[in-house]
Amino acid sequence: MMEGRSKVRLWVSTGLCLLVYAFSQTPLSAHSFPDHSEPRVGAAVTAPTSVRIWFDSAIEPAFSTIVVHDGAGQRVDNGDGHVGSLDWTLLEVGIPLLPAGTYRVIWSVVGQHGHRTNGDYTFTIK
Amino acid sequence: MKHKLVELNRHVLTTIDPAGKEALFRKRHFRLLPSILFALLHTAVLVVLLLSIPVSSWAHGMAGERFFPSTLATDDPFVSDEFSLLFSHIKEPGEGDNPPTKTTEFPFEFSKRITPNLGISIGDSFRYLSPQGSKNVSGMSNMEVGLKYQFLTSAAHEVILSAGVSTEVGGTGAQRVGADTFSVLSPAFFFGKGFGDLPESLKYLKPFAITGVVGPNFPTRSKNISTTIDPDTGEISQNIDRNPTTLTWGFSIQYNLNYLQSFVRDIGLGAPFNRMIALVEFPLQTCVSRGCGGQVTGFVNPGLVWFGKSMQLGLEAQIPINDRTGKSVGVLGIVHFFIDDLFPKSIGRPIFP
Repeated sequence: MMEGRSKVRLWVSTGLCLLVYAFSQTPLSAHSFPDHSEPRVGAAVTAPTSVRIWFDSAIEPAFSTIVVHDGAGQRVDNGDGHVGSLDWTLLEVGIPLLPAGTYRVIWSVVGQHGHRTNGDYTFTIK
Repeated sequence: MKHKLVELNRHVLTTIDPAGKEALFRKRHFRLLPSILFALLHTAVLVVLLLSIPVSSWAHGMAGERFFPSTLATDDPFVSDEFSLLFSHIKEPGEGDNPPTKTTEFPFEFSKRITPNLGISIGDSFRYLSPQGSKNVSGMSNMEVGLKYQFLTSAAHEVILSAGVSTEVGGTGAQRVGADTFSVLSPAFFFGKGFGDLPESLKYLKPFAITGVVGPNFPTRSKNISTTIDPDTGEISQNIDRNPTTLTWGFSIQYNLNYLQSFVRDIGLGAPFNRMIALVEFPLQTCVSRGCGGQVTGFVNPGLVWFGKSMQLGLEAQIPINDRTGKSVGVLGIVHFFIDDLFPKSIGRPIFP
């Protein structure tokens, strides 16, 4: 049976090697999950002019998209989806004056670490 | 590696007639083998991790919009780069000559992706035992190694399916804390299913998900035989502890508040609740051989998980399902690090794309 102390030494040495290697390469990074949005998820609103989603970490402008579809699946946004120039956690797209109904926001983002997350939600225009 | 369940052993005492006593053989136990194996595995892990091959990163535990957290008592269905530190405390019931024992355990596990869908894990545990009426003992448990292959991921239906095998390597831990000298081989099937594909009329059920694991546990030795000789009569007694085959079957039911806020309805939850998952785990085990067939032990573990940008915290109560498992409620906690988020360009990426 392996001596307990020898085993602990092996685990500690392995852990230290991992930490040294890990920290030598890159700063910390994270998944990008939505934090809040306007209109809010599932909300009923009046005459919005844009859809904005704030994420919990910065996202890559070149690889992040946002579109808005109506109830028939037709795209209805202005086609100007972009990441905020001053705030890289913000993804937004302009929308024209839309009739009452339920609309679906479809987004896809890549975090600065390279991880892609995507999702969709609905809101209603009264 | 997850929290160990109470194991069943049938203790049988037999007596051999001194006049017809047989020559008893002591099996030579190759104590060197587990040490060599441990050292080889340790070296292999270091070599593998130091390979620097640029590959893309894949998000852990994600199927479409569904994030599956690392569960505490049942193994989750995905492969990933992660490190878990757990804490467990419970009073285990006495059995036979073994008194009731307060058991405090600190398991830890490191998981590493070899390819985006194939991962290995290695773990161990420090145990502190306080037997009733006896001295406290502590020490390391047996090491566990595992291999898992995630063979199906469906974004549309939020499904993850995996298969794998893990081994508790006998002889790598301290017998004084219950580490066995034999190994246990455990093939298993893992699944995860989120309910985001439910119709809109059931939208408030969409944040629900279930995960689970099922698989047998085969000990490499069917029984442990120990002998004692009465110094007065010379009578030889043989103690036989049977090592039964068991079936692990566990599952969790989860309700993801972040999923609710992000994809169903923003109900105004602020931090930390908007990053929480309420869950109940059911780690269960059925003894299927060697005189204990059909006996079930396990727990119901209600709890909460909070996940941040690079780590996850969790806390659960451990409620025994029957007296055979125990009569005391325990506690289980986890600090879990998403290595692929923390170090995406080094140890947090698959070794081979």
